Amino acid sequence: MELYSLTIHELRELLKKREVSALEVTKSYLERIKEVEPKIDALVTITEDFALQKAKEADEKIKKGEDTALTGIPVIIKDNISTEGIKTTCSSKMLENYIPPYNATVVEKLLEEGVIILGKSNLDEFAMGSSTENSAFKTTKNPWDLSRVPGGSSGGSAAAIAADEAAFALGSDTGGSIRQPASLCGVVGMKPTYGLVSRYGLVAFASSLDQIGPFTKDVTDCAIVLNTIIGHDPKDSTSLKIDKPDYTSYLKEDIKGLRIGVAKEFFGEGIEEGVKETVQESIKVLQNLGAEIIDISIPYVEYALPAYYIIASAEASSNLARYDGIRYGHIAEKYEDLIDMYMVTRSEGFGKEVKRRIMLGTYALSSGYYDAYYKKALKVRTLIKNDFEKAFEKCDVIIGPTSPTVAFKIGERANDPLAMYLADIYTVSVNIAGLPGISIPCGLSDGLPVGLQIIGRHFEEGKILNVAYAFEQANKFNAKPQAIGVQDNEVRSSDWLRGPCRTFDREQNLL
Amino acid sequence: MIGLEVHAELLTESKIFCSCTTKFGGEPNTHVCPVCLGLPGTLPVLNKKVVEYAVRAGLALNCTIANFSKMDRKNYFYPDLPKAYQISQYDLPLCSNGYVEIEVDGKVKKIGIKRIHIEEDAGKLLHENTDGSLVDYNRAGVPLIEIVSEPDMSTPEEAYQYLTKLKSILEYTEVSDCKMQEGSLRVDTNVSVRPVGSTELGTKIELKNLNSFKAVQKALEYEIKRQVKVLEEGGTIVQETRRWNESKGITEPMRTKEEAHDYRYFPEPDLVPIIVTDEWKEEIRKSLPEMPHHKRERFIAEYGLPEYDAKIITSSKKMADFFEKCVLEYDSPKAVSNWLMGEFSRLMNETGKEIDEVPVTPQMLAKLLKLIDNGVISGSIAKTVFEEMFGTGKEPEVVVEEKGLKQIANENELREIIKKVIAENPKSVEDYKNGKEKAMGFLVGQVMKATKGKANPQLTNQILKEELSK
Amino acid sequence: MAISRSEVEHVAKLARLKFSQEEIEEFTVQLSKIIDYVNKLNELDTENVEPTAHIVPIYNVFREDEVKPSMDRDKILMNALYKENGCFKVPKIIE
Repeated sequence: MELYSLTIHELRELLKKREVSALEVTKSYLERIKEVEPKIDALVTITEDFALQKAKEADEKIKKGEDTALTGIPVIIKDNISTEGIKTTCSSKMLENYIPPYNATVVEKLLEEGVIILGKSNLDEFAMGSSTENSAFKTTKNPWDLSRVPGGSSGGSAAAIAADEAAFALGSDTGGSIRQPASLCGVVGMKPTYGLVSRYGLVAFASSLDQIGPFTKDVTDCAIVLNTIIGHDPKDSTSLKIDKPDYTSYLKEDIKGLRIGVAKEFFGEGIEEGVKETVQESIKVLQNLGAEIIDISIPYVEYALPAYYIIASAEASSNLARYDGIRYGHIAEKYEDLIDMYMVTRSEGFGKEVKRRIMLGTYALSSGYYDAYYKKALKVRTLIKNDFEKAFEKCDVIIGPTSPTVAFKIGERANDPLAMYLADIYTVSVNIAGLPGISIPCGLSDGLPVGLQIIGRHFEEGKILNVAYAFEQANKFNAKPQAIGVQDNEVRSSDWLRGPCRTFDREQNLL
Repeated sequence: MIGLEVHAELLTESKIFCSCTTKFGGEPNTHVCPVCLGLPGTLPVLNKKVVEYAVRAGLALNCTIANFSKMDRKNYFYPDLPKAYQISQYDLPLCSNGYVEIEVDGKVKKIGIKRIHIEEDAGKLLHENTDGSLVDYNRAGVPLIEIVSEPDMSTPEEAYQYLTKLKSILEYTEVSDCKMQEGSLRVDTNVSVRPVGSTELGTKIELKNLNSFKAVQKALEYEIKRQVKVLEEGGTIVQETRRWNESKGITEPMRTKEEAHDYRYFPEPDLVPIIVTDEWKEEIRKSLPEMPHHKRERFIAEYGLPEYDAKIITSSKKMADFFEKCVLEYDSPKAVSNWLMGEFSRLMNETGKEIDEVPVTPQMLAKLLKLIDNGVISGSIAKTVFEEMFGTGKEPEVVVEEKGLKQIANENELREIIKKVIAENPKSVEDYKNGKEKAMGFLVGQVMKATKGKANPQLTNQILKEELSK
Repeated sequence: MAISRSEVEHVAKLARLKFSQEEIEEFTVQLSKIIDYVNKLNELDTENVEPTAHIVPIYNVFREDEVKPSMDRDKILMNALYKENGCFKVPKIIE
């Protein structure tokens, strides 16, 4: 067993007993990255020197007995989360050379615990997409099948965990951007309740929907990471003051009498037969564990996707207006005057999907259309919220598939925006209602992972973790992606992994 | 019809959404942090004082305070706006439906206040550079209130009175220092004319670049004349924004923007709603200082000031405060008010200084007045002493000592000088003895001249009479 | 088409984006499809429904009026390409 294949709780055991050092763990992961990265392109920046330095500091901490739950554990952070002194590109040409002078609150929290940052992961530009194909730098491949997408927008983080490039990763979820890639890559991914994790330092896509969350190898790790990253932040007005629970206390196998809602709307049109069957079998597993399965209906959920595209795009059009090249980011070289400078800068800096959403959002907010689109969508949001509230009167959690399909082929939906949007059909309603949701691997269909989504009431992450843990214990998901091996000697000797924050791009063909 | 939009910077210590200082000046971009620079990922957190100050202003201006209020984004691109949206308030402002009472030709008129909302200021563009413009974000995020009047004013004089009253109230409530030269008070106005008797609304013209209340008045006078002339000649008024050209004394059209504004307002998702409960509102109301008209009435009743004096002294809160502190030390209100309205105001006007920028404290003025009462200096010498105090901030007794301005109150010393004056002016002595009372004044004047004004007036009179009757 | 070419051009200008003629064509088609799709919301009667701008009902989140040190100017300016005299530099603006 290699160190890099272990979970956080397994690594912590070894570190605590001083059987391995944080430096050894870190080196193991850096080696692993060197091996698999050329195949999957999950990372935009690798922070090797920084990681090695942090590993030494972590070992000091451990030596002094000052270590906590995540000390010495390597992480990969989605590249739309600000890291001081380390490029934060959002996988956009616009921010290709942008180095934030401050850390996101979650990054501060991780660093305080002695977490080791290995690098920044690839994403759909500004987190807009469901396949990571919209990155300006590279397309991340699914470790289960390199011809397929890892999902998105946090595809880099999901693929990195599936390929054992880090012990855990952070992503962000606006309409499914953690859960959908977690599903497609066969890892655990959670979007917490809106307001549970500080958004300070997360480059905004849609402020009223965005939430940071973890990717882990199992449910226990998810609870461990959650313990660290949640909590009220005075820098984020929408972050809530709640008593911090110990999420690991919810990791129990007992779910007897728990009411699990199954909504027919989550098994509708477009769902693949293999996905449907795998999820239905999973429901049986939970039933056998003593849970009560209740049929429910969330009638307005079919309006979640169109409402989502209006709300998210409108907010994005405003959030992305600041990119004008004056204070940071790409700036045009040739232009006629000030207005032209804005137009050329922004047209050069943004990719197609980003422009499409800015256009849609600007249109939805523009004079004469606000009521018909934005306000209407906010009203539909109320209906969906009420729908879930009613459903949660009958059950404790709701389950269903995370994604209607398994990982699709690279390029398959690239030219059809609407088809791509449908990838989020089961996840967006959770963001619209601000609820917590997790995706855990529940089996394979045609050799590709299927994700089970568990949705809870606001701030009931504990209950979700309880169900997820019980399921995981009863139905161990031991399959490993086969598309990346542990061999590949040909890349060993290369020295492409130098420097504190190296950016890869397409030109550097590393394979 | 004239409507005014006033932007006033609030006197908070820190900015509206971050902890940077609001201090005026400072090297460019030194009062800036990731939040007010709008760096990707940063979030605003509302300064509680901003809400309190806005509510305070709203209460002082007789507004209804919204129980439920929210922030909105106003989207537009400009280099001084780091996020490319201004966080402001759109459909639910904190305060609405207020009014101000002004006096025109002895009659009281109510000017309606449509709304007061809170928002952030933008940065500053500097144009001195030849090949480009420079941006300083020190001012970005300084809190503002925007006070929008109803179009209730019908003459430029009313607009002037409204602004003066508004400024006085904002200063009174201590929410803004209203310094137009530092940009902490800014005025835009719009004006339309319509023929007498017509009920149809005229076309609104917006006026900009108004750097003083007098400029507002003059620009409005010019603009009304211009519009009337256009209409009389059978022309039509085109809706536009015009700029006041101070040196030429005219308004000129500003370059028309190619596109109409579409600010795409929507609720700010990064900030939560503001709820001002009745308790909070009452708490703020209790913290409100006494308003000008109440103060005026009290000054008349409590200090026995004439109405005219009371009005002038209370027109500025700082002046009124100065007055009360001074009276505490020197119990002759009328004397204090005479000095404030006289020498004090004259020197403030000459130097363009505000009362709190003058080094003379109420205690110092009280001491000066006591020196007069105690016969140490005369009233006229006191003016010389005061001028020195005003310029240097020295204590009155120090000035008197340094400049040797003490009164000659020594009887023997004064009698010698008077004897000399009598000896030198036989003609006047003759006249006096012949019953010409005027001659007495001349002789007193001569004594003052000989003593450089330092002779004690009462003593001089007494000795003169004695000597002349000899 | 749910959106016309000229509307697309107008929206592009509002958003400060510049497109070639072909891109305008492409966007007109794509945005029309998306708008047709989101128009699905019109099936719902929302006459008496309140809009939800904030999903978690909290209010009055404030900070105290305290000054903290600003950021070093070097850091403020470090990501800007054009700067001069401690300021960000933009093309000459005539007001």
